[in-house]
Amino acid sequence: MNDLTPDRDERVANLKGMGCSRKRVEDVRFTQGKGNYVDDVKLPGMLHSDFVRSPYAHARIKSINIDAAMALDGVVAVLTAKDLEPLGLHWMPTLAGDKQMVLADGKVLFQGQEVAFVVAKDRYIAADAVELVEVEYEELPVIVDPFKSLESDVVLREDLDPTADGAHGPRKHHNHIFTWEVGDEKATNEVLDEAEVVAEDMFYYHRTHPCPLETCGSVASMDKVNGKLTLWGTFQAPHVVRTVASLLSGIEEHNIRVISPDIGGGFGNKVGVYPGYVCSIVASIVTGKPVKWIEDRMENLMSTAFARDYWMKGKISATKEGKITSVHCHVTADHGAFDACADPTKFPAGFMNICTGSYDIPVAYLGVDGVYTNKAPGGVSYRCSFRVTEAVYFIERMIEVLAIELNMDPAELRRINFIKKEQFPYKAALGWEYDSGDYHTAWDKALKAVDYDGLRAEQAQRVEDFKAGKTRKLMGIGLSFFTEIVGAGPVKNCDILGMGMFDSCEIRIHPTGSAIARLGTISQGQGHATTFAQILASEIGISADSITIEEGDTDTAPYGLGTYGSRSTPVAGAATAMAGRKIRAKAQMIAAYLLEVHDDDVEFDVDRFVVKGAPERFKTMKEIAYAAYNQAIPGVEPGLEAVSYYDPPNMTYPFGAYVCVMDIDVDTGVPDIRRFYALDDCGTRINPMVIEGQVHGGLTEALAVALGQEIAYDDMGNVKTGTLMDFFLPTAWETPNYETDYTVTPSPHHPIGAKGVGESPHVGGVPCFSNAVNDAFKAFGLRHTQMPHDHWRIWKTANGLGLHD
Amino acid sequence: MTDKMHVKLNVNGEDHEFLAEPRELLIYALREKLNLTGPHVGCETTHCGACTVTLDGKSVKSCTVFVAQANGAEITTIEGIGNPDNLHVLQEAFREHHGLQCGFCTPGMITRATKLLEENPNPTEEDVRFGMAGNICRCTGYQNIVKSVLAAASELNGAKEAAQ
Repeated sequence: MNDLTPDRDERVANLKGMGCSRKRVEDVRFTQGKGNYVDDVKLPGMLHSDFVRSPYAHARIKSINIDAAMALDGVVAVLTAKDLEPLGLHWMPTLAGDKQMVLADGKVLFQGQEVAFVVAKDRYIAADAVELVEVEYEELPVIVDPFKSLESDVVLREDLDPTADGAHGPRKHHNHIFTWEVGDEKATNEVLDEAEVVAEDMFYYHRTHPCPLETCGSVASMDKVNGKLTLWGTFQAPHVVRTVASLLSGIEEHNIRVISPDIGGGFGNKVGVYPGYVCSIVASIVTGKPVKWIEDRMENLMSTAFARDYWMKGKISATKEGKITSVHCHVTADHGAFDACADPTKFPAGFMNICTGSYDIPVAYLGVDGVYTNKAPGGVSYRCSFRVTEAVYFIERMIEVLAIELNMDPAELRRINFIKKEQFPYKAALGWEYDSGDYHTAWDKALKAVDYDGLRAEQAQRVEDFKAGKTRKLMGIGLSFFTEIVGAGPVKNCDILGMGMFDSCEIRIHPTGSAIARLGTISQGQGHATTFAQILASEIGISADSITIEEGDTDTAPYGLGTYGSRSTPVAGAATAMAGRKIRAKAQMIAAYLLEVHDDDVEFDVDRFVVKGAPERFKTMKEIAYAAYNQAIPGVEPGLEAVSYYDPPNMTYPFGAYVCVMDIDVDTGVPDIRRFYALDDCGTRINPMVIEGQVHGGLTEALAVALGQEIAYDDMGNVKTGTLMDFFLPTAWETPNYETDYTVTPSPHHPIGAKGVGESPHVGGVPCFSNAVNDAFKAFGLRHTQMPHDHWRIWKTANGLGLHD
Repeated sequence: MTDKMHVKLNVNGEDHEFLAEPRELLIYALREKLNLTGPHVGCETTHCGACTVTLDGKSVKSCTVFVAQANGAEITTIEGIGNPDNLHVLQEAFREHHGLQCGFCTPGMITRATKLLEENPNPTEEDVRFGMAGNICRCTGYQNIVKSVLAAASELNGAKEAAQ
């Protein structure tokens, strides 16, 4: 060291590396309205488009007449399935091994289905032309109930051979998609038959929608001179979109460039490949001009990517003392008209088999039957890893019902069944190996923070006061303890369309000691440009402020599977650290050369390599970067770059303990959330400010889903919640303040110990809000009431319990 | 198609004149004709507030105003609120307090907040939550937006006091 060397703490602070609440670099442009979202992309000569959509949920198409539309001034083309058929693009493969109509081929299977694609000079003309396309329909019987669908003679998917296996094995009925089974049903049933206590119930996790504020869209530009297709769009997985676009169109992959610009929220909505993307590409090829497709809000809610819609029938057994001995779960999964669920190929119900939750349950069984109905396709993971919200809601409601059966406090029931710290890595009955956890510590911290015993005492008093006519408000205490499974995933068992679910990072250090790193992921608001630079800063000793992070351009970024299922930090974050370590290894050789010592005689110290035992002799990373480009070092290539493709050895398992305190007005059904405490353990924390922001946001989306948000259909298959008037998005007025807290249990297999956090609050939040509503009425005999708990349903629950008498 | 109308607007201090169909919405005129892509389209039904601008001194959802209705108006969009060399206090506050994530609602949110603080320079948390309830955010859960607006209010008030 010399006098000019800042002390170590100062050097660490200057890095703005892991663990600090670095302000976001993205915000400068967003706060000035200078983000660049897909609808902001404007190209010379660009055309606009709009869909003719089906008003019916199930109908045969007798004829389509486009003459009047084509006659309208400014209309360039109207595409129907007939136009796409010669290209083989009237159907497309789904992520779930099924296929889906791009434009209606002979019939329509859900309301809002794409029938024809109009291309015009501006969006007003396109909308006018949509009205001029004449489609003659013959209505067919509509099925919106998956249980009825399995008994119906009506064949929804006439294109499928009813006797042939589907993508996931045998089909039992022409409207059946697959059966997926995990665990030992026979052993589970034996335990259930012999058990001292059994609780059972049917939990319906209603259909909803991720509804990011920006809808889906794309701009396709086919340059016929160079044979290059450029596609901008709302893609959570741009590289996969490129591969799919190449396979579908026959254009060689090197001639396709996919760009995800700024994305206005995703939450799972932007994982899938939608007919609009395909049609904009075809239209650009046909017209030779750039074509923009932007869906409106109603189209977004009606046609792209619903979530949930799981009927979960559960049984759980325990000893009289409350030790859980088995759990049995059967799901009837409503997948809509096409099986377009976004799950890894081998998991047709995602990671629903995490449904044993945070508990040490010796034997379990899960069976899932996927079913076709006349509803929109999708089945995305709305702010969760694949079907994990469903799994956690299932087990956290199951526990509450069991507690009623046992007449036991639900907090205590959880405590005595938690997997113990010393049991990790823990092999669960349904196959997963949980990497690390300390559930008891988190639970105790949470209960103490909210004075759980005090809350229960207050609640008991409230019940007395209610019975005595002193109040009309009941008090609910919602508990949830969740274990997430994120970071898909190991290539050995996780792929999407055959692409292993690794991720990647490529780093270039510039001669003057700053850097650019590119990743295979894409931020939709998570702040990757801020946080991944922090990981790298700590790994390579260059300040985060001197590192540019770039994602979303397939011509420049290394191949990766994208951002969803909280996989960016567990997978791409790991790739970033590993690529950083390659940089550091080479930097060590350069430093040793410059310092004229052996490689092993220097060690890394924050932002430099120092000679062991002689810290006054050092080379900073800045000096090393310059040397990499201007010195001929024997045996070392010039330059300082690295790339890492990271195949995670296991998933990561974040967890958390949430408590919600709610007052419910029995006469209006209005819940008032007076307190929400959220403790999250996401392993090593990269940026506490960003983590807290993710928790606030995820909890608010959980509030929405639990307390009112749904995609509802009537018996005719009409969507009843197709606008933001009917589809509940909480405003600042309905949203409470949240208290956040944490424990840190690093992942043992992740290079920096991080686990991912973006979705945890949603996964844990939904059962917590729902449990609070159920808990409020427990003293009056309620076991379970279905979500969403909107005011009307809560009022009906109160009414059904005789509380208005 | 009806005859186009002659529209004059003053946007962010600059005069603009153009022809527009009577049915053309203000948001599209701003985004497509004037290339002001800060205000966004989130719902086209007045619910989400991503398109919020200030029109003759009032916060307005520009997705449900015809540009013809705005003829002769003075309009401020996010692009007129601050610039890279001189950010508005609210723009600084949103960054400082992590009041945004994906950024899609942010231009409308900040534009609304500028008016809110003019209407009520000393808002309580409840005032902010009520006054911003026309602007939906799907990412932040609002807690940090509220914090940002309150922080900006106190900074603006501090500056005012210092000036007096």
